[in-house]
Amino acid sequence: MKMMSLDHKPAVHFRDVHYSVDNQPILKDITGSFLEGKITTLVGPSGAGKTTLLKLCNGLLSPDSGEIFINEQNIDSYEPVQLRRYVGMALQSAPMISGSVLKNLALPMVLQGKQLAEEEARNLLTDVGLDASFLHRNSKDLSGGQRQKVSIARTLVNRPRVILLDEITSSLDLASQKEIEALIVKINRKFNTTIIWITHNLEQALTIGAYTWVMMGGEVIETGESSLLKAPVNEKVKRFVKGEGQ
Amino acid sequence: MSYLALSIALVFVLIPLFLSKTLHLGLEKDTLIATIRSIIQLFAVGYILQFIFEADSPLYILLMVMVMIGAATLNARKKGSVIKGITWKVAVTLIFIEVLTQGIILGFNITPRSAQYIIPLSGMVIGNSMVLAILFLNRFSAEIESRQDETELILSLGGTPKQAINTQLITSIKASMIPTIESQKTIGLVQLPGMMSGQIIGGADPIQAVQFQLLILFLLLTTAAVTSIMLGTLSYPSLFNQRMQMLRAR
Ligand SMILES: Nc1ncnc2c1ncn2[C@@H]1O[C@H](COP(=O)(O)OP(=O)(O)O)[C@@H](O)[C@H]1O
Ligand SMILES: [Mg+2]
Repeated sequence: MKMMSLDHKPAVHFRDVHYSVDNQPILKDITGSFLEGKITTLVGPSGAGKTTLLKLCNGLLSPDSGEIFINEQNIDSYEPVQLRRYVGMALQSAPMISGSVLKNLALPMVLQGKQLAEEEARNLLTDVGLDASFLHRNSKDLSGGQRQKVSIARTLVNRPRVILLDEITSSLDLASQKEIEALIVKINRKFNTTIIWITHNLEQALTIGAYTWVMMGGEVIETGESSLLKAPVNEKVKRFVKGEGQ
Repeated sequence: MSYLALSIALVFVLIPLFLSKTLHLGLEKDTLIATIRSIIQLFAVGYILQFIFEADSPLYILLMVMVMIGAATLNARKKGSVIKGITWKVAVTLIFIEVLTQGIILGFNITPRSAQYIIPLSGMVIGNSMVLAILFLNRFSAEIESRQDETELILSLGGTPKQAINTQLITSIKASMIPTIESQKTIGLVQLPGMMSGQIIGGADPIQAVQFQLLILFLLLTTAAVTSIMLGTLSYPSLFNQRMQMLRAR
């Protein structure tokens, strides 16, 4: 099959993907690529299907029809466990397991029967802008924003080649948000990691992403370089951008 | 005890009926139904047992045990409707418990090999196993529901279904076993166990009655542990598919 002639390969490619729950279509006929080493942002109103699309990328869900390729190989040819370490995800609700922050950070290693050195855990915390003293805090006592930071750090432990971020800065103050943005950009540049980032913040989508997908009602209605958000073509996107801007 | 004496004992039904009526508790109907049902059910069982004890045939014993397991299965499965194939999973667990406990009891000649021993002991094991299954399934269903986020988190980090459900499974197993263990700590101090009371009233030597009661307590410990663990092990895989996805994933 012929791809767009770009120097970047698609790290994740959707072909005619449909997904429904109880015969209710959630995603309709999604086709498109997320390019390797690029940051693509995903925007759209709540209920558009953004989270669902992300979960299809690491096999937490499977499409009803259509195909998904990871590095040009069908997603079904991967072992689920390997796939999810390769394509890491930070979930929208930033769930914590009960116990300390350290226990949460070590979780990806513990699941492999390994351990996380405390030194490494400390570095991870510093990377996401949390003081090392948080290591032995109970995860129950974290604020929403602190949980999001721990959740991001935990996602990085597996060193995924593709990172899926689901509204990870929604509870963060502006300074923390910038800090996380800088961290993700740094990882993207340094390791050529592919990033797919859902955000409600159009300013963020515009400045961080190289590319942007706009989703509504289970469909991708506009894609292209992120600057499209400044001058959308589609009427619905125009209205959405205007609404979010207020 | 004579039937006349038993009739007089109905006074113990009239007292609550009278109280319910005068205090408007609205429990008259339920009390009456409960009384009538227990009279019919217990006499029916009594006559069936009398018949089986006289016949003392392995076939009838087997039949009786199968009826107990069937009834217990139908009762317990209601609590596990979120789990696919729960009916046969409960049935297999109950059958396994029954075979295990009777295998040991009869294999080591702990009690004589007759219906008089096999049926009451089986009834107690199956009945308790049913209660354990209900406690376990109740808790496990609630844990699955309330901790979906954690399950999804572990799967998303590359954990297996077993790892993703382990905390919920262990919590539910423990919670279902606690009442059995706790009630055994205070036994005899507050309340004489039903079977022991029955035996003593029936004229048995108290020490003999204690020995039987201890046998039952030990049996119930095994029943509790094996029921919860086995049912848990059988149940959790049906919450996931081959691709390690939660079946009711959102
Ligand atoms: N398991 C499910 N059962 C019912 N509806 C679902 C389920 N999963 C997703 N949906 C619905 O699909 C739509 C898209 O959800 P989602 O992907 O979370 O959207 P977004 O992340 O863009 O807000 C929503 O309308 C949501 O209610
Ligand atoms: Mg979402």
